[in-house]
Amino acid sequence: MILAADPLLVDGIDLTVVLIVLLKAGVAFALLLVAVMLVIWFERKLISDMQNRIGPALAGPWGILQTLADGIKLFFKEDLLPTRADRVVFRLAPYLSIIPAFVAFAIVPVGGDFSDGGDGTVSMFGRSTFLQVADPPVGVLFFLALSAVAVYGVMLAGWSSGSKYPLLGSVRASAQMISYEAALGLAIATVFLSSGSLSTHDIVVGQSATTWNVLATGIVPFGIFLIAGTAELNRPPFDLVEAEQELVGGFHTEYSSIRFALFFLSEFMNMITMSAIAVTLFLGGPAGPIVTQRVAWVWPLFWFFLKVMAFLFTFVWLRATLPRFRYDQLMDLGWKVLIPAALGWFLLIATLDVAADLGWPTIPVVIVGVLVLWGGASLLSGAVRKAQAERLEEADRGADETAGSASGLGEA
Amino acid sequence: MYLNQFLLLSAALFAIGVYGVLARRNGVLVLMSIELILNAVNINLVAFAAFGNQLAGEVFALFVIAVAAAEVGVGLAMILLLYRNRKSIDLTQIDLMRG
Amino acid sequence: MSTPAIFAAVTGFDPLTGGEFLVAQNIAFAIMAITMLVSAVRMVTTGNVVHAALYLVIVLAGAAGIFILLGAEFVGVTQVLVYIGAIVVLFLFGIMLTKGSFGADDGVGGERRGIAAMVGALVLAVMAAALLDTFRDAELSRAEPSLTADVADLIFSRYIVPFEAISVLLLAALIGAIVVARGD
Repeated sequence: MILAADPLLVDGIDLTVVLIVLLKAGVAFALLLVAVMLVIWFERKLISDMQNRIGPALAGPWGILQTLADGIKLFFKEDLLPTRADRVVFRLAPYLSIIPAFVAFAIVPVGGDFSDGGDGTVSMFGRSTFLQVADPPVGVLFFLALSAVAVYGVMLAGWSSGSKYPLLGSVRASAQMISYEAALGLAIATVFLSSGSLSTHDIVVGQSATTWNVLATGIVPFGIFLIAGTAELNRPPFDLVEAEQELVGGFHTEYSSIRFALFFLSEFMNMITMSAIAVTLFLGGPAGPIVTQRVAWVWPLFWFFLKVMAFLFTFVWLRATLPRFRYDQLMDLGWKVLIPAALGWFLLIATLDVAADLGWPTIPVVIVGVLVLWGGASLLSGAVRKAQAERLEEADRGADETAGSASGLGEA
Repeated sequence: MYLNQFLLLSAALFAIGVYGVLARRNGVLVLMSIELILNAVNINLVAFAAFGNQLAGEVFALFVIAVAAAEVGVGLAMILLLYRNRKSIDLTQIDLMRG
Repeated sequence: MSTPAIFAAVTGFDPLTGGEFLVAQNIAFAIMAITMLVSAVRMVTTGNVVHAALYLVIVLAGAAGIFILLGAEFVGVTQVLVYIGAIVVLFLFGIMLTKGSFGADDGVGGERRGIAAMVGALVLAVMAAALLDTFRDAELSRAEPSLTADVADLIFSRYIVPFEAISVLLLAALIGAIVVARGD
């Protein structure tokens, strides 16, 4: 508790401390708002580049003010409330969507020197503190809890619209989000295991002490996190939520004006938050290869933003490259591939930890572990294949029966 | 803080939950009221854990949360089956076994 | 609570010990408790099932706040994660799949509501009397939040048997729910 807590809050609380906390929260809020504006522009510009278009070009230099213009336009549009809508819930849903995206960013350490055993404290107005809004001892669980709350925005938006397409879109979205939340949580569980802490700050410190735990968390859990995170964000190729060919516009079909803008903002806000969390959990947060003595405080921020930018670029790139999944493929990928893989990897890492504690030789343990996992995987795939074959056979028999009865009727 | 603050809150929630279980006819709402009761129990467990300055209460609160998840899963499956067979989840109409 | 205790809760000053009262915590408790009670009452009386689920979410979030107030951070976050993130979402799915319960619930017959209210009030009265008589001015003794690591140690040492029993129960419930809900 004391180790995880921000050094700012250890020696009692006075006015300066309160002001510093408020300043951090305010700066984070303002920066996120500006960042989201720029990210929307970045995505539009990048994707038009990938599709050989020019993209927004008129508002401001390189169209950089396009988002602002869109926002102002949406703000002055008429705010429609469908007749069959559930008024209170319809008004509430956009906020349920956007607030978790803001709040989740609070646990991300954005700066501070973590290299050479540094603990990431910075000095602010004569107090030493972490460069993150809050460092709860259960930080990562807090993030998972908030992403669970974010499901409500989508689900209630669809339900409260009182219309069929939004309802279908929201049921799809929430089923997808809770399915992939399990894979996301299991991927993060390996991070807990190798860092031994739930606090984001401690995880980053633990990563910089080793080589970011690349072997344990950097390959399998990171890959699973990336896929599950993309699905959790409802980004392409997992954007069945707003598959316009099937669902008109998805859960926010009935939304207009500023309420629609809130959903739109929250989508990109979630993208930024997810990237920042991925950087924190898997890629060493603000740590980086080059930190000079002069202007030392700039480098961690620079590395952090560079890494986040890499993720944002990846998300846009995925959108431009991959076709959309079919719904059954999406569910199969989540439940039959990602969750078992994350669970298996978690078991392997846990076994290695126990082996290290008990002094067992590493190589035989790895071999036995991999064999057991392989056995489990083949059992699982065998079961999946058998079930599929049975279902096909059943469908065939059903088709035969209807055909038989039809022909029987014809003869009679 | 007094222990009784928490225990009285929990008792009130428990009583409201009991009212819900008895008064509502909709199966889903009855299940929700049961959740309310389980939560009242959880508040009690955690309050006593803080009162006795030991952790067994928190451990059992976690167990109760897990049991509640299992209970809701099975309960909703039964309500779904009921809806499929009877086209209604009104629990007062489930009286086939009445002599 | 005795009269001085109530006085202390209202004024923020405890005349018995002369000590300082935890004002911030008590204000937080009062806000959460009132919100929870109002939401709970609305939940069991509202006609709309989805609204009832949302009131349940408020009660559960309040309970999570109470847990954090009591220093049980891990239980609080788990409460949000499991109850709000999974159980109530499951309820909402249940509501949307059984569309008979959509929108307005036909409520309850007057006589059943009256009896139910009487039973509820009786339960509350008995428990409140017992609690007030037993614990009087007992104060919470814990000063610091509990550590997640300690909770984990306890689960995996002394309470390992109930833990295993619960994992078997969850597996059984999972399989049971699938078997019951499957169409054929």
